[in-house]
Amino acid sequence: MTTTPHRAAGADSGTAGLARAFAEYVPSIEARDVVTVRPRYGLVIDGAEREAREGRVFATTEPATGAHLADVAEAGDGDVDDAVAAARRAYEGGWRDLPGRARAKYLFRIARLLQDRSREFAVLESIDGGKPIRESRDIDVPLAAAHLFHHAGWADKLEYAVPGMSARPLGVVGQIIPWNFPLLMAAWKIAPALACGNTVVLKPAETTPLTALLLAELIAEADLPPGVVNVVTGPGTTGAALAAHPGVDKVAFTGSTGVGKAILRALAGTGTRLTLELGGKGANIVFDDAALDQVVEGIVDGIFFNQGHVCCAGSRLLVQEGVAGELLDRLRRRIELLRVGDPLDKNTDVGAINSSAQLERIRGFVEGAAAEGCRIDQPARAIPSEGLFFPPTIVSGLGGSEAIAREEVFGPVLAVQTFRTEAEAVAKANATAYGLSAGIWTEKGSRILWTSQRLRAGVVWANCFNQFDPASPFGGVRESGFGREGGRQGLAEYLSLAPVGA
Amino acid sequence: MTGRLEVRKTYKLFIGGAFPRSESGRTTPVTTPDGRLLAHVAQASRKDVRDAVRAARGAQGAWDGRTPYNRGQIIYRVAEVLEGRSAQLAGELEAVGVASADARADVERAIDAAVYWAGFADKLDALAGGVNPVAGPFLNLSTTVPLGVCALACPGTGVHGVVSLVCPAIMAGNTVVALAGGPAALVTSTLGEVIATSDVPGGVVNLLTGDHAQLLPWLADHDDVDLIDLSGAPDGSAADLEARAADNLKRTVRTGGAEDLLTAMAFCEIRTVWHPARI
Repeated sequence: MTTTPHRAAGADSGTAGLARAFAEYVPSIEARDVVTVRPRYGLVIDGAEREAREGRVFATTEPATGAHLADVAEAGDGDVDDAVAAARRAYEGGWRDLPGRARAKYLFRIARLLQDRSREFAVLESIDGGKPIRESRDIDVPLAAAHLFHHAGWADKLEYAVPGMSARPLGVVGQIIPWNFPLLMAAWKIAPALACGNTVVLKPAETTPLTALLLAELIAEADLPPGVVNVVTGPGTTGAALAAHPGVDKVAFTGSTGVGKAILRALAGTGTRLTLELGGKGANIVFDDAALDQVVEGIVDGIFFNQGHVCCAGSRLLVQEGVAGELLDRLRRRIELLRVGDPLDKNTDVGAINSSAQLERIRGFVEGAAAEGCRIDQPARAIPSEGLFFPPTIVSGLGGSEAIAREEVFGPVLAVQTFRTEAEAVAKANATAYGLSAGIWTEKGSRILWTSQRLRAGVVWANCFNQFDPASPFGGVRESGFGREGGRQGLAEYLSLAPVGA
Repeated sequence: MTGRLEVRKTYKLFIGGAFPRSESGRTTPVTTPDGRLLAHVAQASRKDVRDAVRAARGAQGAWDGRTPYNRGQIIYRVAEVLEGRSAQLAGELEAVGVASADARADVERAIDAAVYWAGFADKLDALAGGVNPVAGPFLNLSTTVPLGVCALACPGTGVHGVVSLVCPAIMAGNTVVALAGGPAALVTSTLGEVIATSDVPGGVVNLLTGDHAQLLPWLADHDDVDLIDLSGAPDGSAADLEARAADNLKRTVRTGGAEDLLTAMAFCEIRTVWHPARI
C-alpha cells in the first residue's frame, strides 16, 4: 500500500487498547502433516494419473508464504481430447444407463469419503488457496460434502426435477471452476452432473489445482468407473480448449464475466448447453431500523469472508443516511479486531490473497479510490510482511462513478455509499451491469419483500449474508451470468427435458 | 359505377401502443400469389428497433408489477379479441396465398395458445419456484423474475408464430419486441390492433414488420435487450446472432412457442431470497 490509511476517527483510546490486546493472541496452528503434498501431480484421465502429452508442467504455490508447493501437469489440446474421449466412452459405456439408484450410491460414497478425510481436504485447501482454516474446515469442506450428499438423493428422482417433464442426461459435461472455492466448486459442479447421468471433464483453476486432484483420488477410492470424472489441470488455454471442444455437450463455467463472454462467443451457434456463473458487485442495503450489531457482523461476513474473493460478496455497502455515521464508526472499530495472517492459524479471520496478480489488482483499486479523494480506512495493526496479504479496507466518501463503486475488486475492500429513500437504495443497488447478490437489512418485513422484488439479483440475503445450500438455487442475472446451480432449478441445467409422452 | 368502394387499410408498425409508419419511410409491397397489390406494409428500420426497445423498457416495470392473475386476464382478453377478428386474420393469410383451411387453423391455434398462456401466469411460480429445504434456520424462497425486454424472431408463417412467442414472454412479466415478415406481415400488423384493444398497456407488446436478416443483428446487439428468441431466425444466422448477443450476456433461446413449462422457464430467471427463521 502506498496510500496512507485514515486513522479510524471513531476509535477512542479504549478501542485502540482493545485492538492492541487483541493482537496479542496465542497462535493455534492446524497441523500440516495430515496432508502429504506430492512434488508432482498428473492429469486424471480415464481413471489413471498421467503426465501431459507434451510433458509440460506448471507450479502451484502457497499464497501465504510464496513457497513452491508442487508441479502440476499442464493439459494441452491433445490431453483435453483424451479426457473428453474418455468421458464419452464412460458415458456410452454404461454410466448413462446405470439405474439412478446406483449413481446415487456412488455419490453417497463420495460424500462419506469426503467427510472421512475432511481435515486433510481443509488443510490442503488453506495451503494451496490461502483461505483461513476456520472457513475451509467449517464451510468449504462440509458444504462440498453436502452438495454430494444432496444430489446423490436426486439421482433416482429426476422425473420430479421439472413437473411434467421426462429427464435424460446430456452427455459429456465440461466444467471450469475458479480459485476462490476450489473444492466446493468442484463438488458443486460434479455432484449434479453425475446425479443426472452425465460424465465430467473438470478443469480446476491454475492457482488451486490440488484439492480437485485429491477429490479425483477419492472418487477412485469410491470405485467410480474410469472416465466418469476426468481432471485436466492447466491455465486458461486448457479451459478454453475444453469449453470449445466439439465433444462436450454442456459447459458449466464459474469465473470472470470477461471469460464468460468469450466462452459464449466461442459456443455461438453450436447448440452446446451452457451455464455461466460470473462476477458481481453485490449491494448490502442497510435501512435505518436495522439491528446494527447484526448488520456489522453481516457486512463483515459479506465482504471479508474468503478475503473478499467471492463473486457474490457484499462489496458495496448502501446505508441509509440517518445511521451511516454510527454504522461506519462501528465498522471501523470492528475491522481493528479482524486477524489477518496465517491461513492455517485457527484464529485467522482474513487469510492470504490468492495470487500476486490478484494482490496487485486489489492495490490498484484502492490506490485509485484514494487518488479520487475517497476516504480509506484500514486497521492500525500491521499485516504479515511476507506472503500475499491485504488488510480489510473500507472505502467511503464515494460519488458512485469511481471504479471501486462499479467494478468487481474480488478482495477485502468495502465501498460505502449512502441513500435516503427505498427507491434511491434500489436505484443505486441496480446501478451496475452485474446482478448476482444483494443484502437487505431492516426489521420491517414488507420493506424486505418490496425491496427484494425490485433488486436485479439472483440471490437476496435478508438480515443475513453469504448463506449457501445445495437445496437453494444460486446464480445471477444480467452480466453475472445465467442458469442456476443447486436446487431443482440447478438439476434442470444438467438434463435433457421433454414433455412426458412427447 | 355502382356499389360501394372499399376502404383499404394501411398496414403499419405497432410501437408503444401507437401505430407509426416506419421512421425510414420504407415499405414492402405485399401481393396476392397472382401479383395483385394488397398493401405497402411498413418495413421497420434500425431506428424503429431502437424505438421499440425503448418503449418496451419503459413499460416493463409496471407490467412486471401487475399481479400474475391480472396479466392472465389481459392475455385472455387478447384471445377474446383474436376470436372476434379471426375471419379478418384468416382472410389476410388467404390473400397472400395460404390455403383457406390452413389459414383458419393457424388463427385458431393462435387463439388457443393465448388461452393456454393466459392460464399459466398464476401457476408459474408454483411450478418453477418454491420453498427450498435448506440445512439451517432460514426461510429460503425461490420465485420467478422476468428477464426484462425480450426480442422475438417470429417465424413468418402466420398469426400463431407471433402469438405463440409473445404470450409466454409477457405472461412471465417481460415486455417484447416481436419481429415478423413474409406471409405474416399483414396479420402481424393487424395483431397490433388486437393487442391495442385488449387492455395490454402500451409498450408491453411492440410489433415490427420487416426483414429478419436486416433487423435481427440490431436486436442481438442491443444492450437493453435481455433475451432473444431465435425461433424464427433464418437458417445459418445463429452463430453470428449468438456471438452478438454475448456482448451483454443476453439469453438466447429457441422456444418454438411450445406450450409447456420449459417455454415458460425460458422467459424467466429465478430469484432466491433468504431470511433467518431464528429469533
